[in-house]
Amino acid sequence: MRWFWLLASAAVALRLLLVPFAGNLNLGSRPEVVTPVTSLRRLAEGYWLKQSSLSPYAGSMYHGSPLLLIMLGPLTVKRNDGEPTHIVCSLIFVLVDLCTALLIRAIGQKLELTNRKSLKLLKLSKPSDSFGVDAADISSLIYLWNPFSIMTCLGSCTSPIDNLMVVLAIYGACSRIAPLAAFGWVMATHFSLYPAILIIPVLLLFGYGPDAPPSKLFKEKSPHTTGSSVRILSWPPILQFLVWAAIWFCYVLLLSIISLKGFDGLYEMLKKTHGFILAVEDLSPNIGVMWYFFAEVFEFFRVFFLIVFHVNILYMISPLAIRLMHRPCFLAFVYIAISSMLKSYPSVGDAALYLSLLGLFANELAEMKFSFFLFCGYIGVSLLSPVMHNLWIWRGTGNANFYFATGLAYTSLQTVLVVESVSAMLNHDRMLRKELKKA
Amino acid sequence: MATNRPRCPTAAFLLLLLLLYSENALHPTLASIEEGERREEFTEELLLKPLPDRKVLAHFHFQSSAPPSAANGRHHYIFPKAIAQLVRKFQIRELELSFTQGRWNYERWGGFDPVSIPNAKPTGVELWATFDVPLNEIDYTWKNLTHALSGLFCSSINFLESSAAYSTPSWGFHSNYSNLRYGALPREAVCTENLTPWLKLLPCRDKAGIASLLDRPSIYKSHYHSQRLKLISSKLVGIILEQTLSVVLQPSLRRNSPVSFNAGSLQPSWSVNSLFGKKVTGHCVLAKVSRIYFELEKKLASKVDELNPLNSWNNSVLELLEVPSREFRELDASNNPGSSLLYEFEVSISNESAPLNIGIHWKLPLIWSCPHAPFRVSRYLMGSGNERGSIAISLQSTQLHEWFLTTSDGCAVHVVIFQVVPWYVKVYYHTMHIFIDGKAHIISDVVRKIQISPSEDKLSPGSMELMLSLPCNIHSATIIVDFDKGFLHIDEYPPDANQGFDIPSALVTFPDFYLSRKYQLDDSMQYKSTLLSKFQESNSAKRYTEVLLVPLTTPDFSMPYNVITFTCTVLALYFGSMLNVLRRRVGQEERLSKSKGTSIF
Repeated sequence: MRWFWLLASAAVALRLLLVPFAGNLNLGSRPEVVTPVTSLRRLAEGYWLKQSSLSPYAGSMYHGSPLLLIMLGPLTVKRNDGEPTHIVCSLIFVLVDLCTALLIRAIGQKLELTNRKSLKLLKLSKPSDSFGVDAADISSLIYLWNPFSIMTCLGSCTSPIDNLMVVLAIYGACSRIAPLAAFGWVMATHFSLYPAILIIPVLLLFGYGPDAPPSKLFKEKSPHTTGSSVRILSWPPILQFLVWAAIWFCYVLLLSIISLKGFDGLYEMLKKTHGFILAVEDLSPNIGVMWYFFAEVFEFFRVFFLIVFHVNILYMISPLAIRLMHRPCFLAFVYIAISSMLKSYPSVGDAALYLSLLGLFANELAEMKFSFFLFCGYIGVSLLSPVMHNLWIWRGTGNANFYFATGLAYTSLQTVLVVESVSAMLNHDRMLRKELKKA
Repeated sequence: MATNRPRCPTAAFLLLLLLLYSENALHPTLASIEEGERREEFTEELLLKPLPDRKVLAHFHFQSSAPPSAANGRHHYIFPKAIAQLVRKFQIRELELSFTQGRWNYERWGGFDPVSIPNAKPTGVELWATFDVPLNEIDYTWKNLTHALSGLFCSSINFLESSAAYSTPSWGFHSNYSNLRYGALPREAVCTENLTPWLKLLPCRDKAGIASLLDRPSIYKSHYHSQRLKLISSKLVGIILEQTLSVVLQPSLRRNSPVSFNAGSLQPSWSVNSLFGKKVTGHCVLAKVSRIYFELEKKLASKVDELNPLNSWNNSVLELLEVPSREFRELDASNNPGSSLLYEFEVSISNESAPLNIGIHWKLPLIWSCPHAPFRVSRYLMGSGNERGSIAISLQSTQLHEWFLTTSDGCAVHVVIFQVVPWYVKVYYHTMHIFIDGKAHIISDVVRKIQISPSEDKLSPGSMELMLSLPCNIHSATIIVDFDKGFLHIDEYPPDANQGFDIPSALVTFPDFYLSRKYQLDDSMQYKSTLLSKFQESNSAKRYTEVLLVPLTTPDFSMPYNVITFTCTVLALYFGSMLNVLRRRVGQEERLSKSKGTSIF
């Protein structure tokens, strides 16, 4: 416990220490850190356009939410006294990161609590395959010390806020605070569209509560008892969540309409934010594979492949939901990982989020295969990718294919991570059942 | 038959009456046609001018005009039918099209005189037009017009059809025009296939008159040539077609001339024959006015005047090869005779046996300079790499305005900048800042008016119109704006993608500096010259900047299939292995393998 606070404050101190140098590091224009959707520089342009009484979505610069424009826009304006503009924003992002880490820790503690409770119900001691570590502290520290999240925090992009909203939604659902969960989910969807699929794990969390072994095991253990031991779907919290989600949704739309009053309005906003994400209009390089694919693919196949790429995310929703219904938090992690792998403008900020969520299941996923390979792979790709980018864009000696190859490798690594973690989790459940049979 | 006979004389009489009447009726129509023919006018003029850097400017000016066409319908006497149809079809109010090769050297050839202001054009093709059609039809009309012009002048003007290629300036390009469409193709190569259709619009083509001087090899080896076509159409005056061609030529040094010790500083002597390889042998008979002018610039003329006040065209400094028929002096602002000199030569007096070979023979070396615009303007790119960069527009004062605006310290010079950038140069307008005499200033301190239309990916270019108000006493001002380089789909790259992409010239106008040149004419009422009346129109000083070449990153053009297959493989890997993991039933598999094991052993 003491360790945690020490390390957490050290991480925050590191960030604060790096904030003054963030401008020199030029992270704000790195393709790994900043995407067209999250760029703070584009936000500043949108704010400038709005100040000069043009629509912030005029031209194809700004693709973020009008609410972010109101909150962060004034901070991006260059001051007369020559004070660097990014410092205030970066301080806010440090704070946001700290909140995210603490919320992740809170989620972890909730999971720990339910886990202990269900093990007691099953009359099992600690499963033999677990590390026996405090997963909550681990995951929180992963988020705080992950170089990806430090870079994202300093890189003047809005992904820390997106991440906070996602974590807020999961935390709210874990602790059954419907307004909070609905707020997080609506805002996250509004900011970056992909968290929309998190509605399934959030509803499952409201319906069944946090992660537990499959309900079949409880039935096998004590076939005659009902009620407290066997989990049944409870509708009232779900309905409460849906009502709150509707309220927040209308509220966000209303605020957007008000802030865009006098311009083209809501349709323009949806076209330029969510439409921009879905249509992959910007072909500037990033760590994903979509940009190069759509820069090269023949124009008449474009729509077809757009559908294929997006449907790939949607296809996996229901199989995963059926198989992992009893572990909604883990399901949320898998969804986040899949969407950050297949999203149109990925950045390391997404990776920072799902890697720290992975830490929440450190005990369950102890038997995961290829973990060392994945660790080395992530390090290798994150070292090679900037080199290839530099060779291609700045030196002009490399080739687009080299950079694209690192993107492909990164996507493959994420594939392996997702598939192996799902496999390990299913194996863990099988193992629980075996131990139960033995007992 | 018998019954018809008595009526015969009556019928003959009636026929006679009819004939007489129709004779009377026909006369006025014939007269009106002749009148119409007379009112369709064509003038041809040529201005020759020695330039300070030992070159010669030849400025051809042809003007055809057609009166409002109600009288003669669709038929024209000398006005080109193609242009009349174009104007009628697209309801053009005003149009200007220029084909230019080379860059006008504002420092050496002048930036503030009536020839350079309207005729110095950016490299490549520039087209702008205003129409007399409803607002919602303008874009459609523009698109059709580009195709028509493209066919008419054998060039790729049709590339201006796409909405990503043209812009809609509101006040930055021309202050008093609405609904203007402006497009430029800086990469367009201009050659003789563009000149031939242009010459076809002249009634005598290049067979007779001044146009016969247009010798292709000498034009296309010139340092700068710009062929321009300007149309003005209105209900009152009809259609006026103005065709100009400005060439800057390097006169060849005569080999047989005696080489003196100061031959290096002596200006080369030249004549029309030595420049174009031809002499003027008569005028185009359809032309109402056919003249050649020879201009001595203000500073040159004043030097000549100092040395020889009596005879300005045949003296110890220079000698004109032909005797001018007239001599004009420029009137300056206070109507005192200034010192710029213009000699006129009437072409109609020349013929095959007595050709006109206008030229100049220099006897003494003279050095003079040209009138300059208040600021030297240049534009350049900053930054390296293919990710981002900055565009800088720098204004260097020529200190000209010190004697133009001799007011108190608080005086200000207005500068209008109009710049269009293609969509793949993504400009961050909020990063715009200005350095005045090397010190950073907030842009809002100097901006009087600003109009931005940000670029839309693949839809519209970004255009920036800025009106700055700079203090008079500054030496330099630099405006810098950052941009990101866009990434294109492989089909959008031109065949020579690695050469880079051109950003069209920006236009910088100085609305405070007007120029209109008047000449001292004895019979100003009778004397008609379209060229001199052009000189009288007041023009504000303006300069086009350089074309910028932006290198963009290229993807690998050769392997779309590899990219598609690799990406799809990774996706299939994800999809397949994930489904496999989800579908797997370990218990069943173990049982199966056990039962197999038992069956084998």
